[in-house]
Amino acid sequence: MSGVAGSKSHPGRLAADPGSASAARSERQSWPELPRRGVARPHSALTSIRTPLSRGTRWALMVLSLLLPFVVWGVLTAAEVVTPRVLPPLPATLAAGWDMAVSGELFTDLWASTERVLYGFGLGLVVAVPLGILMGAFRAGEALFEPVFAMLRYLPAPAFIPVFLVWFGIDEAPKIALVFVGTVFFNTLMTADVVRAVPRELINVSYTLGARRGEVLRKVIVPHSLPGIIDTIRVNIAVAWALLVIAEVVSSTTGLGRSIMQAQRFQRIDEMFALLLVIGVIGVVMDVTLRLLRARVGRWAQ
Amino acid sequence: MGTVNPVNEKWAAAERAELEERVLELRGVGKDFQVRGRTATALDGVDMKVSRGEFVCVVGASGSGKSTLLSLVAGLDKPSRGEIVLDGTPVTGPSPDRGLVFQSASLYPWRTVERNVAFGLELLKLSKAERTRRVDWYLAETGLSGLRRSLPGQLSGGQRQRAAIARALVCEPEVLLLDEPFGALDVQTKEDMQLLIRQIWQDTGTTVLMVTHDVDEAVFLAQRVVVLACDPGRVASELAVPLPAERDLAIKRTPAFLRLRAELEDQVRAQHYGGLAADERSVPSNTGGKS
Repeated sequence: MSGVAGSKSHPGRLAADPGSASAARSERQSWPELPRRGVARPHSALTSIRTPLSRGTRWALMVLSLLLPFVVWGVLTAAEVVTPRVLPPLPATLAAGWDMAVSGELFTDLWASTERVLYGFGLGLVVAVPLGILMGAFRAGEALFEPVFAMLRYLPAPAFIPVFLVWFGIDEAPKIALVFVGTVFFNTLMTADVVRAVPRELINVSYTLGARRGEVLRKVIVPHSLPGIIDTIRVNIAVAWALLVIAEVVSSTTGLGRSIMQAQRFQRIDEMFALLLVIGVIGVVMDVTLRLLRARVGRWAQ
Repeated sequence: MGTVNPVNEKWAAAERAELEERVLELRGVGKDFQVRGRTATALDGVDMKVSRGEFVCVVGASGSGKSTLLSLVAGLDKPSRGEIVLDGTPVTGPSPDRGLVFQSASLYPWRTVERNVAFGLELLKLSKAERTRRVDWYLAETGLSGLRRSLPGQLSGGQRQRAAIARALVCEPEVLLLDEPFGALDVQTKEDMQLLIRQIWQDTGTTVLMVTHDVDEAVFLAQRVVVLACDPGRVASELAVPLPAERDLAIKRTPAFLRLRAELEDQVRAQHYGGLAADERSVPSNTGGKS
């Protein structure tokens, strides 16, 4: 072993078998020439993968994205391709929406629906966030809840509507229960994933700085997971709205979903579209609000 | 070096003094891991002593269990055999008396530099004034005073490591454990950091146990270098570094430094491939003749 240090050779083919040198070289020379590809023709910023756009182009595209459905709508109705009984003109829709707003019924419906989403989804979060943290942070929590939640997640929530009608009657309870059941499993599993993404080293280093288990949870795992949890909320609250409208269509005396059904009964297609527009606007407002919140809380994660 | 022959009457006193000087001791430490139902031994029979105020580097090729060793000392993992003793008390878990710095800066990304450094002191419920005074001292020591309100994401690699070192030191550890702290830095930044850690070591008198694979770094920083062998990881040899206490980068070109460096390099290379000599190594081809 002495003297090894200076005389070691590299660990490749020739070190193993010095006699193979010339055979290896001539084998390589017998190969046909490797085909070459020409340099690809360059693409503009608009069409190349992940290339940043100029500010102006970006804004133009974003505005276009929001305007496009309205332009199509306007063209279809103005050119009378479809009758107003199928697709009401935009001004008529806005007028119908205005009438509902003035009479106050729009806000009654809006609040009734919002309240149900807030209760159902909020209740879901109260259960999902702690449980998700438990599942993400403790292997026992994961082993105990993950299998059952992964299964329950695949039960389609609307299938529960009849069950909830039997259990909870026709009041607020079945709608809140539907929103709760339809979102709680997704929220839990996604929170667990976010918590599992907390780097092991960050947890370990906290212990070496003297943190106890509870302090690691409160001061490390929760703050690190917060932006991810807000993202989870943003994704799943859209599901909550969809489920709510389904519940209201089936059985309700108030709410945006019920009013759409009502409008259909009275052949008020303009009101139906006005209500759809309102639901769309709510969606955009919630999304933007949660994005801003995420940007604020997760300033460090960008 | 420190070994005293037990032949004269001074022995007992010397032994007592040495015991008092000793801050960290590993006795027959071994660590097994279960890999797909099989037992793999990462470390076996590691004996090591670190004196108070000493700067010790542990070097070894990848797979020699360097990092495992450090996480055992940190108390993040329990040894399968043997024991680790800090100030006469067996190590049972992690504690701020063994501050740890990883290769990748594990700063809290949502906390500013000063709040990262203050983390350990917040847990101790120190008054704000006391906390600020201590944090300020370590920020100044690591040259981060101007970056105190920056988030880790806005820092360079070297700055992050400095913050991580300050965060460990503010808790005044008995031993500072460094796990390849400069491994991911470019050469120039690495040299800055080496000078900085020497300076901090001299200013604070903290005992430092540092793992590295960089032979040059080990000789430059340490008073003593421990070489680990692979499969299983164990202490192969030790090298005293009798260079002056005041070291600058110029010392890296002196004959004394280069000689020590070469000697350490030989010791590390001898342990590469699990300490097998060149002609004992298994080779991928079974038809190949041996020279």
